[in-house]
Amino acid sequence: MKARTRWDSVCKVEDLVPESGVAVWTEDGPVAVFYLPHRLPALFAISHTDPFSGSNVLARGITGDIKGEPVVASPLYKQHFSLVTGQCLEDQDVSIKTYPVLLDGDRIRLEVPAAQSETAAA
Amino acid sequence: MSKQTLIVIGNGMVGHHFLEQLTSSAAAERFDIKVFGEEKLLAYDRVHLSEYFGGSTHADLAMGTADWYADNNIDLHLNEQVTAIDRDQKTVTTPAGTYDYDELVLATGSYPFVPPIKGNEHPHCLVYRTLEDLDSIRASANGVKTGVVVGGGLLGLEAANALKSLGLDAHVVEFAPRLMPVQLDADGGALLRHKIEELGVQVHTEKATTEIVEGEDSRLRMNFSDDSHLETDLIVFSAGIRPQDTLARTSGLEIGERGGIVINDQCTTSDPHIHAIGECALWGGKIFGLVAPGYTMARTLASALNGDREAAFTGADMSTKLKLLGVDVGSIGDAHGQTPGARNIRFNDEQAGHYRRMVVSEDGKTLLGAILVGDNGPYDTLLQYALNGITLPDSPETLILPESEGGAPALGPDALPETASICSCHNVTKGDICGAIDAGCSDLGSVKGETKASTGCGGCAALLKNVVDSELEKRGVEVSKDICEHFPYSRQELFHLVKVNGVRTFQTLIREHGKGHGCDICKPAVASILATCWNEHILATDHVPLQDTNDTFMANMQKNGTYSIVPRVPGGEITPDKLIVLGEVAKEYNLYTKITGGQRVDLFGATLSELPEIWEKLIAAGFETGHAYGKSLRTVKSCVGSTWCRYGVQDSVGMAIFLEDRYKGLRSPHKIKMAVSGCTRECAEAQSKDIGVIATENGWNLYVCGNGGMRPRHADLFATDLSDEELVRTIDRVLMFYVRTADRLQRTSVWMENLEGGLDYLKEVVLEDSLGLGRELEEHMESIVGTYQCEWKTAVEDPEKRKRFREFVNAPDKKDPVQQWTTERDQRRPVLETESA
Ligand SMILES: Cc1cc2nc3c(=O)[nH]c(=O)nc-3n(C[C@H](O)[C@H](O)[C@H](O)COP(=O)(O)OP(=O)(O)OC[C@H]3O[C@@H](n4cnc5c(N)ncnc54)[C@H](O)[C@@H]3O)c2cc1C
Ligand code: HEM
Ligand code: SF4
Ligand code: SF4
Repeated sequence: MKARTRWDSVCKVEDLVPESGVAVWTEDGPVAVFYLPHRLPALFAISHTDPFSGSNVLARGITGDIKGEPVVASPLYKQHFSLVTGQCLEDQDVSIKTYPVLLDGDRIRLEVPAAQSETAAA
Repeated sequence: MSKQTLIVIGNGMVGHHFLEQLTSSAAAERFDIKVFGEEKLLAYDRVHLSEYFGGSTHADLAMGTADWYADNNIDLHLNEQVTAIDRDQKTVTTPAGTYDYDELVLATGSYPFVPPIKGNEHPHCLVYRTLEDLDSIRASANGVKTGVVVGGGLLGLEAANALKSLGLDAHVVEFAPRLMPVQLDADGGALLRHKIEELGVQVHTEKATTEIVEGEDSRLRMNFSDDSHLETDLIVFSAGIRPQDTLARTSGLEIGERGGIVINDQCTTSDPHIHAIGECALWGGKIFGLVAPGYTMARTLASALNGDREAAFTGADMSTKLKLLGVDVGSIGDAHGQTPGARNIRFNDEQAGHYRRMVVSEDGKTLLGAILVGDNGPYDTLLQYALNGITLPDSPETLILPESEGGAPALGPDALPETASICSCHNVTKGDICGAIDAGCSDLGSVKGETKASTGCGGCAALLKNVVDSELEKRGVEVSKDICEHFPYSRQELFHLVKVNGVRTFQTLIREHGKGHGCDICKPAVASILATCWNEHILATDHVPLQDTNDTFMANMQKNGTYSIVPRVPGGEITPDKLIVLGEVAKEYNLYTKITGGQRVDLFGATLSELPEIWEKLIAAGFETGHAYGKSLRTVKSCVGSTWCRYGVQDSVGMAIFLEDRYKGLRSPHKIKMAVSGCTRECAEAQSKDIGVIATENGWNLYVCGNGGMRPRHADLFATDLSDEELVRTIDRVLMFYVRTADRLQRTSVWMENLEGGLDYLKEVVLEDSLGLGRELEEHMESIVGTYQCEWKTAVEDPEKRKRFREFVNAPDKKDPVQQWTTERDQRRPVLETESA
């Protein structure tokens, strides 16, 4: 059975910080949304949780590109994560969740899996 | 097996080095070690004796510490001269008692030769060998005009420089027809003489002193054999050294014809249980009056005592390179061309003041020796040719011709054989360096740490860097100063681009001078450069995304994603009222509190959204940000100083507060720490700081480039007895020069070690203003001081900036679910992974 997903409105454009990230709370937990105005597409969303420390900090990392790949560096132990695939560049075996993200008028929407309880209820 | 007793007579440079070698080897277990030193002071660096007049103290020059001796169970007897050796009983005698030995090491060095001239016993006739001698010279020079050095050799010229630095009219009287007769030839000596006279030292050659009598205008008068005379207030004899072999003579050991204790290749004397090393020892009919051969003997003996049968001293190279009164002089190998058939190649540029001479073998294939005066540029290359027997190019003269006249470039590191000695102080070969690189060292710093190369006199620094760079390149390691893949520039080059082109944003810089979008290496570096150049608020919109999280949120992120808060407490002085506010705030937000090493209070465990609220309260109580998160000034630690302490001689707290207020907020390549002590007891530990200030009776002594932490480094004495104004001006210059020229994340210690010319160069730039930058550096600092703002004050007052501190932008009340807490010692702390798992 295909998991049900939905497009949640998580914040407004004005909440975003150019060249950097903000954290939003979703049904799927904390997500980091990045806005890189010099790129196309300019929006990226990945898990906010740093897999190495378990702490919710990735939105507060520095963004950039490594060999052309858009990345964020964890503010704690400095590993880089691809904003496109969630792959950790320093460790083959580690990758984090990514989320489709889009701009709808002045709202930012994320495609998140519907929460367990809701699926059950439906 | 009970331990044997090993006695070392003489606590000089070589004796100390021997102990270092022995105690770090297996043989340390076998021996109880006793050391007798005639001097009152622990072994010190005699090679740099003259720096004592430049402000260095015994502590600066000391080779070890009393603690080191104690830690290694060495029974140290200073100020206790050994007066006799009884070889049958195997005992030594001092005025304090008689001691048994199983093995005895003589490291008694040498003593200055004072020629038998009538009147030489006059109290103002002195010598130049020990710190005590220098104290006598200083006392004697007090309030008088003229000083004479007898002897125009290496040491004599150094002594003349010392007299000059004491403000005397200095003269050098030499018996031979030229200066440095041992090392130089007639032309070289003449050029050196000319240069030295230009510096204001008068040189008198071919003068034999017949007697010293009372002077008419000065204390003394020297009469010469040619009936001329010279009036002077004091005389320093520097007419050569003689091996201190008295004990060996009186106990019947074999002695050389002209003195010196005869040793074999294992540094053992004619008595198998007595050994001799350093300047007192005679090997192959030769005395070695330099420290490096002494160190080699010390290593050889330590290995032999460890049972190494191969250990052997096989002679030493006596080539020297130095700056005498600011004039380069170099002498290599057979400088006088005494090898049969040797041929000379000379280059003499009187205009430029360069004299160069090469001595080559009969077939013109190998370099036997060389002399350089005026410019030691070719020294390293020539030395490597001579030491390693590298075949000379077809026209060897190109090695000493200026490049404009077809001179050859310096010998590339590739041409050196594996056995080439790169650092003679620590006996490191090119092979050792390659070994260190193969074992994982990947930069100059780690090679230095691993091999100790270039940590002695530093003379080989440039050569070492070349070898390391070339070897790294060969192994495919790109030796690039580029800061990262986005900018083909070093931090210093970026600084210039920003400054010169007036660049104010990262986007402009990367568009015009870089490529891609930047990364976590170049962005914070550029942010710091922009802050230094323009000092705009770090949360100005363009700068936000450049910063490390700690800079962005102006607090230090801890492992669970919360932050610590560190308000500034200048000089560590705080009122009870402010302390109470810290306590109340901590209680309200349930923050873990701890006193830091920098004399202030850390509050841990604040969430992102709590930060502005907490700072609002702290600012209302008069606190400012402590910049604990930034690459900038941390704290200026202080002791209570003269206000309370009975030893204090200056108000260290007042000065610390002044300095902290002045430099707070200064952005720099790495953090900066300072301290001020109220007297030499140094309770504030200033000598482990980037900038250390210690009060003296007359003002302040300034130390620079110290470091604690992972790689401790004792700070260097930089200037003495400064007034308040001089102190601040000097610190302004040092800091600004550091901020402008250091690489990203380079602490002052590493920066200084990597500056070409090191401490001396820094002194020239800062104290003598050799680059003419002094004013500019001061003005730049002044403008930064003038535009200081407390970043937290600006942030809490600006609603837009406060928006950044929302933990989840769409759920203001949501608490971060991963932060779990427990209580320990009555305070809240995070649950550790090991506990929650
Ligand atoms: C001003 C100056 C500049 C120099 N510059 C250089 C340079 O640039 N490069 C270089 O390589 N070398 C230089 N030297 C030489 C270098 O200092 C010596 O080679 C080195 O110090 C020799 O070490 P040592 O341990 O053999 O002797 P020392 O360092 O002289 O130590 C011998 C110690 O033994 C003690 N002693 C002697 N007899 C007794 C006894 N009976 N009982 C107890 N103790 C005793 C002495 O008091 C002395 O402290 C310089 C020397 C001077 C003075
Ligand atoms: C065991 C060997 C040696 C040690 C441990 C040693 C140590 C040092 C140190 C620590 C410095 C100060 C460097 C700085 O901070 O600027 C120095 C400088 C100097 N040394 Fe040595 N040294 C040694 C051998 C020699 C020798 C063999 C000579 C020459 C005969 C020599 C000549 C000098 C000179 C001229 C300077 C001043 C350099 C300048 O112009 O800045 N040293 N040495
Ligand atoms: S350094 Fe001197 S003045 Fe300061 S506390 Fe210690 S003893 Fe007192
Ligand atoms: S010493 Fe290590 S553990 Fe302690 S504060 Fe510093 S970095 Fe952290």
